[in-house]
Amino acid sequence: MSTTTILVAVVLGVAAGVLAGLFGVGGGVLFVPVLVALGLDQLEAQGTSLLAILPTVLAGTWNQRRYGNLRPRTAVVIGVTSVVGVELGARLATQLPEITLRRLFAALLFGVAAHLVWRTRREASRYPGSP
Amino acid sequence: MRLVAIGLVAGVFSAFFGVGGGIVAVPLLILLAGIPERAATATSLMAIAITASAGVVVYGFRGEVDVGYAALVGLPAAAGALAGSAWQQRIRTSTLTYGFAVLLTALGVWLLAG
Repeated sequence: MSTTTILVAVVLGVAAGVLAGLFGVGGGVLFVPVLVALGLDQLEAQGTSLLAILPTVLAGTWNQRRYGNLRPRTAVVIGVTSVVGVELGARLATQLPEITLRRLFAALLFGVAAHLVWRTRREASRYPGSP
Repeated sequence: MRLVAIGLVAGVFSAFFGVGGGIVAVPLLILLAGIPERAATATSLMAIAITASAGVVVYGFRGEVDVGYAALVGLPAAAGALAGSAWQQRIRTSTLTYGFAVLLTALGVWLLAG
């Protein structure tokens, strides 16, 4: 791997973390395409993204707890029940052809981009006049 | 009960796409559970820690987790998450958001073309 590749991966990693901290997501929407660009196949990129998400959300959680925004009990209920869904989601992903999964992921990226713009515009209309 | 539904949806979504599931969990926490936006994003992060851990185990059994690559992007992302969650408290971030929207759209186009 060239130095430039490593540098780009690190910069996009930081960007994924900023996205995660701002919006309460894991950053996987950036990790997966970056890992595909680094040469992993779609499924491997998704599994690796899930591991990369861990330090990201732990750092974000730690910070948010200091700000008093965290609701640990709610988080545990959602997190624990999500485990049931995880097995199903992974099974569906492994059964799909690589190209289908990749196209669905591209659709997800468009959807997330539109969603972020919508959320920001809604916020802006709620607090008009702020810079 | 609503929280259970949110958890199930987030879990399927997370493992299917290899993401945290926060993109569905945060709006659902706001709309269904009535949690304020900032608290929803904070709570989502902690829930994702559990969801993604389960995902790592499931994908790991299938041999689809590369630890080195995960560290390469995940450790810089931890620093980014500290910054992002701090900025969330004090500045308006619309310019940054539009930047992310453009980046995600570009990556989507690249995935379709590649």
